[in-house]
Amino acid sequence: MSSVAADPMDPAPGPTQAGLGARISRQLQASWKLCVIAVPYAWMLIFFLLPFFIVFKISLAEPLIAAPPFSALFDLTEEGIVTIRIILDNFLFIFEDDLYIRTYLNSVKISTISTILCLLVGYPIAYGIVRSGEMARKLLLMAIILPFWTSFLLRVYAWMGLLADKGTINNLLISIGIIDEPIRMLYTDFAVYLGIVYTYLPFMVLPLYANLEKLDSSLNEAAADLGAKPIGIFFTVTLPLSIPGIVAGSLLVFIPATGEYVIPDLLGGGNVQMIGRVLYNEFHQNKDWPVASAVAIALLFLLVVPMMIYQRYQAKEAEKV
Amino acid sequence: MGKGRSLFLTVMLWLGMAFLYVPMLLLIIYSFNYSKLVPVWGGWSVRWYKVLFESEEVWNAVALSLKIAVVNATFATLLGALAGLAMVRFGKFRGRTLFGGMLAAPLVMPEVITGLSLLLLFITLSKMIGWPAERGFTTITIAHITFSMAYVSVIVQSRLTGMGETLEEAALDLGAKPFRVLTDITLPRLTPAMVSGWLLAFTLSLDDLVISSFVTGPGANTLPILIYSRIRLGLRPDINALATIIIVTVAIGVAIAAFMLMRQERQRLAEEKMAAGP
Repeated sequence: MSSVAADPMDPAPGPTQAGLGARISRQLQASWKLCVIAVPYAWMLIFFLLPFFIVFKISLAEPLIAAPPFSALFDLTEEGIVTIRIILDNFLFIFEDDLYIRTYLNSVKISTISTILCLLVGYPIAYGIVRSGEMARKLLLMAIILPFWTSFLLRVYAWMGLLADKGTINNLLISIGIIDEPIRMLYTDFAVYLGIVYTYLPFMVLPLYANLEKLDSSLNEAAADLGAKPIGIFFTVTLPLSIPGIVAGSLLVFIPATGEYVIPDLLGGGNVQMIGRVLYNEFHQNKDWPVASAVAIALLFLLVVPMMIYQRYQAKEAEKV
Repeated sequence: MGKGRSLFLTVMLWLGMAFLYVPMLLLIIYSFNYSKLVPVWGGWSVRWYKVLFESEEVWNAVALSLKIAVVNATFATLLGALAGLAMVRFGKFRGRTLFGGMLAAPLVMPEVITGLSLLLLFITLSKMIGWPAERGFTTITIAHITFSMAYVSVIVQSRLTGMGETLEEAALDLGAKPFRVLTDITLPRLTPAMVSGWLLAFTLSLDDLVISSFVTGPGANTLPILIYSRIRLGLRPDINALATIIIVTVAIGVAIAAFMLMRQERQRLAEEKMAAGP
């Protein structure tokens, strides 16, 4: 971790000892600081950053019927010359085949609509919690966080039981005579939207809550004193001030939802194509690693801009406190 | 923020809570259904719980998942706390931006990408240096530590920022060595954050399906992998029973943890007030 160096300006403003002792203790401090940084840094470099380069490398390789099923990029020829073979076919393949293009667009469409729905459902909830009394606020926050701790997979499964042709909702509607034939809900776009909104709702509500909680209520009071109506105050004061919360919550829903695999697989069946599912199947069923890698790289490019916005926002928030 | 909810907000809150909890409630109720067809009510029964407890496959999956979750949570908490300390307390160092990026990215990175890239890393490594020889417990745990430590570091960072540095500065002014300040002041005050980090890492690991199913090997079925392979083919009453056990356990666990953290926090605040007192 040569890139990490302890800040020479920083060490203890402690008592000034003269000479050698001070130098040794400064050295020691620099070295334990270095350790604190180096261990997690090395871990993330090896297990988080390095894998992306490998994916990138394999996305440029040729699929082979072998184990592992892709060609080597670097070959040492007999003369000792390293030849590098880069094959852009995998990328051409995913750009030419309109299945992939359509799937990308469909993923973006589904996660955009889900994010908007999540915001519409989550905003009033977050605002309602902020406006509650102290005890109610604590309990409601717990109630929002609790589902996040229980199994994601089982929360999706719960909706399979509700939405199935012979599921709870259809049974109920038929038994009270509203419909005669079951409505098809499971394995449709609708089920996927519902699943995403349901499972990602806490990710929307929590940043919104954190933002709304910090707003200064005297602004609202001032507006009210000057004769503004509550709805007017909301749209001219509260809503504009809560934009950072809206951005954070929306990105926290949009980014992972775009690459979602479980929800389109379980609730969408084969009918809803999303890129995460294509990648998974390309890898596990078709065993086409290079194409799966190319799909992953393309997905990463699609999401890199929202991810950077999110990270800059996080860094800004951290400095604000 | 001001007090007092409008009727609209109250109604939305109740609808929101119903939306979150009714599906889980129904899942629990139907786990006590005698009928083999999940949504068709056939009277109360605990037969699916018996089926579940007799399944060795389920027990093995539970054991593997718990083992991974505990090891993961412990390492993730240590690494995440170190990472958080480095980010908040060490000022600017070379490579800090990259480090911050690597700690923020796993929180939003689509799981299919993380899973695929880690698997390809493990395969490349095993070809080059012969490790890991086989995939299973070790590879899943490493994968889980990687994303869990990012979550832990976020919790630790926000706690460290919230704590301020006044106590540490006071200790340094009084002549304490920085390392002692870390062990005697910073770490004890960080304990609540590390406990919540441990718990979060534990549940994240228990919950993970996509990344595990990429980096697992033959025979190593974690609980989510087992559940998923069963529900893919449709509704299963024994999975309802399993879901009920998981949901109830988590709810009780979270309630106890929240209560204890709240009590500890109150105690700490009281102590700090005493220490700062007149």
